[in-house]
Parts: sequence; C-alpha cells; structure tokens
Amino acid sequence: MESSDNKKSKISRREFINSSVRFSIVLGIGAIGGRLLTRSHARQMVWQLDTSKCIQCGRCATNCVKTPSAVKCVHVYSMCGYCDLCGGYFRPETKELTTAAENQLCPTSAIRRKFVEDPFFQYDIDEKLCIGCGKCVKGCGAFGNGSLQLQVRHDLCDNCNECAIARDCPAGAFSRVSSDSPYLFSGFDSKKKG
Amino acid sequence: MKKTVAYTVLIFIISLQLYNSFAVQRFPKPEFESGYIQPPTSTPDPRSEAFAILDVVVLIATLSVVTWMVLKKRNRNGVFWISIFSIAYFGFFCEGCICAVGSVQNVTYALFNPVYSIPITVIAFFAIPIIFTVFFGRTFCAGVCPLGAIQDIFVLRPVTLKSWLLKVLGLIPFIYLGLSILYAATSTDFIICRYDPFVGFFRLNASFTMFMLGGIFLLLGVFIARPYCRFLCPYGVILNLVSRVSKKHLTITPAKCIQCKLCENSCPFGAIDKPVQVKEKEESHKAVRRIMLLTIIIPLLVLIGGYVGSRFHENLARVNHNVQLAQILLNPNNTQPDSFEVTAFKSSGKSTEEFFKETALIVNKFYIGGWILGGFLGLVFGLTLTSLSIFKYQEDYTPNKGTCLSCARCIDFCPVKEDER
Repeated sequence: MESSDNKKSKISRREFINSSVRFSIVLGIGAIGGRLLTRSHARQMVWQLDTSKCIQCGRCATNCVKTPSAVKCVHVYSMCGYCDLCGGYFRPETKELTTAAENQLCPTSAIRRKFVEDPFFQYDIDEKLCIGCGKCVKGCGAFGNGSLQLQVRHDLCDNCNECAIARDCPAGAFSRVSSDSPYLFSGFDSKKKG
Repeated sequence: MKKTVAYTVLIFIISLQLYNSFAVQRFPKPEFESGYIQPPTSTPDPRSEAFAILDVVVLIATLSVVTWMVLKKRNRNGVFWISIFSIAYFGFFCEGCICAVGSVQNVTYALFNPVYSIPITVIAFFAIPIIFTVFFGRTFCAGVCPLGAIQDIFVLRPVTLKSWLLKVLGLIPFIYLGLSILYAATSTDFIICRYDPFVGFFRLNASFTMFMLGGIFLLLGVFIARPYCRFLCPYGVILNLVSRVSKKHLTITPAKCIQCKLCENSCPFGAIDKPVQVKEKEESHKAVRRIMLLTIIIPLLVLIGGYVGSRFHENLARVNHNVQLAQILLNPNNTQPDSFEVTAFKSSGKSTEEFFKETALIVNKFYIGGWILGGFLGLVFGLTLTSLSIFKYQEDYTPNKGTCLSCARCIDFCPVKEDER
C-alpha cells in the first residue's frame, strides 16, 4: 500500500516537472515569436541586387542554383539613348556596326538590335537566351547611359532561403527586399512601370 | 559622318557632366519623329503572397493529419502516404524553401539583426512544428519534413547501430546547430541551407558535389536509416529536447505491453527503450562520489569548451566575407590582379580604416561566439556523460521520447489489440 502511494507520487512529480517545462517552452516560443512579430513583415522577402553596387563580375551567371541563372539583363528603355554605336551591343574593337555575330558582345546573342529611325536603334533582351553574365551591362555602363541593368527576375527566381549568388557576390549588392517593391533599378522607378 | 557627330556630342556631354555621371544621361533620349512608342520595361511579379499563406495552411494541415494518424488511427500506411505528399508539396512544389530546418537561421538572424524583417511565414515554419512537438512528439519528423520524408522512403535494409555509436554520432547535430547559429547570428552564412543535401533533388538542379552528397546520404540511408535526421539535423536537436516532455506521444502498444519482444528490432532508428532488470542498490558513498565528480566535471567541461572555442575564433571568423576581404587588403598580393572583392571594395569608395574597424567588430563577435559555442558544446558533452550514469528503470518496451521520430513502424509489430470497452 505504502509502495504504491510512493509510486503514484513519483509519477505525478515527473508529470509536474514535464508540464512546467512544457509550459516554459510554449512561453519561450511565444516570447521569441512575439518579439519577432513586432518587426516582422507580412509580405514575403525576395532577393534583389542593387545596380549601383554591382560591378558586373559575372558570378550571377555561374552561381545561381538555376541554370541558366534567374538574374537577367533588363533593359530600362526610358534611360536608353538608342545609340547606333551601342557599348552594350558591340565589342569594343568592332569596325562595322552590323548584327554579325563576331561584332556582338553578348556571348549568347541575346540582345536584338532593331532599327527605329535614322540613326536610332532599339535594343531588346531575349531573356530566354540571356545568362546574366553582365558583359553588356558593363559595356553600357562604361560607354553609355547604363540603361542595361542586371536584375533578379522574380518569375524565374526560386527565392532560396539563402541566395547562392548573394553569398558570393563580391560587392555585397544582393539583399532581401519586400515583395511589394521587388526591383532595384537605378534611374528608374519600377513602381511606375515605365 | 554621323559617328563623328555622335562622338563630339559624347565628348562634349561627358566633359559637361563628369561631376555628375549618373544623374543625367550621357545620351539624352532622342525625340522620335516616326511615332515610335517606347516599349515598357517588364517587371514580372514574385510568387504570389497567397502561396506563402497556403504553405502555412498546408503545414498545419499535414501536421494535424500525421498526428492524428500516429496517435489516434495508429496507421503506418497513412504516415507513409503523407510523407509522399510532403515530398511532392514541400519538396518539389515549393522547391525546398522555406523549410523548418533552415528557419532556425532566419530566426537567429532576425534576433541579432534588427534591420532584417522576418516574414511571418518563416516564424510560422519555425514555431508550429515545435508547438506540435510539445504536445504530440516529433510528428513533424514522421512525415511532414520533406528532408526526413525523402530519406524515410529509402529505409529498406536498416541495420542496428551500437548504442555507444548512436550516442557519439548524436553529438554531431549539437555541433552543427551551434555552428549554424553562430554563423547566422554574425550574418556570415546560412550553412544549413548551403549544405542541404536534398534540396538539389527538389529543384532538380544542383552542383555535382551536392548531388553526390545527396545521393550518398540516400544510399547510406538504405542501411543506416535516416542518416541526416539522426546525425546532422540541427532542427532535430530542438525537437528531440522538446519532445522529451511532450504531453502525448506515440505508443508501441495500444493497451498494455505484454513483453513479447516482437517490436524489439522493429525500429530502424534504434529508438525503442527495452525493459531493464531492477538494479541492485548501489553503495551510497559510491553514488555520492559520482555525483560530486559530475558536478565538478560539467562546469569544467563548459570552461574548457569555452576556452577552446575562443582560441579558435579566428578560424571560425575566416568564413565571413568581410574578414576574408580584410585579410586580402592587409596582405596585398601584387603579383596577381585584384580579385573582384578588392575591385568592388575600391569602387565603393569606403575608407580602409573604417572597414578594418568594422571587421574588428565582427571578429570580436566571433570571439564572444566562440566562448558561447564552446561552452555550449562542453555542457552538451557533460550532460551526455551524466545521462550515461543515470539509471532509468522500466518494465515495458517504450519509444524513447527524444529520439523517436514517430514514424509508426513499430505499431504494426505489436500483437496486442486495443481494449474495446
């Protein structure tokens, strides 16, 4: 009789300890969650690269978990000068300004050159071909207006918890941005949809 | 002719605007005469917010169903089909992100970096499985976690590992958890995501080494059941500790254990505690001496661990990008051209002294982190030692509430039928 009483009290003691630990765990999770909730974001965070920091190293093309990369060259038309001699389209040593493959800077000829009116040309990016190497971005930034810019394309991006390009970006240009303004063009407001 | 005109204009404009190259365009946009309409710059939207909410809803739903299957229906087949669903949804459809295992780092990162505003879905993925575990045991591991589920279907010829080996290998997750928290807190890296062996399968895209690693884990998993879950998973550490005090838990038998030994080898994870003989009472002075020894050893281990950890803080810090860059800047190698990092740093216009000051702060964080990490690991070693000398009497075959993954395999081995009253 006495031993069974003992046993009963032992079990209840263990149960008491367990339930108090349980209570403190729930409380702890609640505290952490509550603390984070105060400055959390209802919206998702997505990865984007700041074009003003980008040095066009070419790692966007190679380090993305997707092949080809989810980073593409984006043409901000409102900044473009529609030049005949486009620093983003032609190799620097090009003699004739024709669409011949040997003249093109883009390794996959993803830039389409279209005649508008003398002497202006429109340049379009074929995103299916673009690998995000940033060669044209470098050329446009060095000789032109900088209207070609590298951006994470959110229809292609997997939105990894930690972006593999961000990890290796030498300029620290990648950051998480709120999904309601997911683009960081320079000289162009993406919200206006120009 | 046009070219020369263009060049003169170019030189003129550049000379005008050298002081302000980005604000004004070098080549102003032409005024078109042909009625040309400028095409819009496309900005495709990210995955809809509704999907993020759906993820959380599906998480809660699958957790509830698994818990119901394990605790009420006691049905292994049900658990299996939910794991297939989890692989399909959380694995292939969500492409592996966000997962509860990785969310540990987001939570740490958010706690240490006030700038980062953590999405509510990530908090949900971190907290909900823990809450479920507090009440029902590790049902999240049973069939909701895509990493666990994909390994679970490869458990074909499990071998029983020696219990000392389980104890030793079981220490690795603590080290992994400690390191991942250290690196997330110092905003260095998310190592759990970086070395996730299975996410490559879910995305059907990964580097060769990561595919190899994933393949090795799956093949190994044929014999050593769920190697990642048991010997690496950092989130499993948290769930293991939480599950020990869970309110309810999977039971092998629906009624009373008859000690038939049929379930003895049914657990591929070695998570069934066997009945033990009543131990002869130990001489009291021996027991007292052991407790004394342990009370000295544990703080000593914490101190030694902390000291060793702090000794290694520079090695730990070397993973950090800023620390790497600072090292290159301190020891410039003139024979090779500048690396991209150095080029980017030079073009950012930041002063070197300022950068070194910032880096010194980071290294200091690693010094503190090294003490904490080492101390934590010392404590874990000490408590593991203690647990070896604790005698726990039990009569029945019961799942070990810490290591049991609630997969419900053992249920099918029990011949006892439920009392129908």
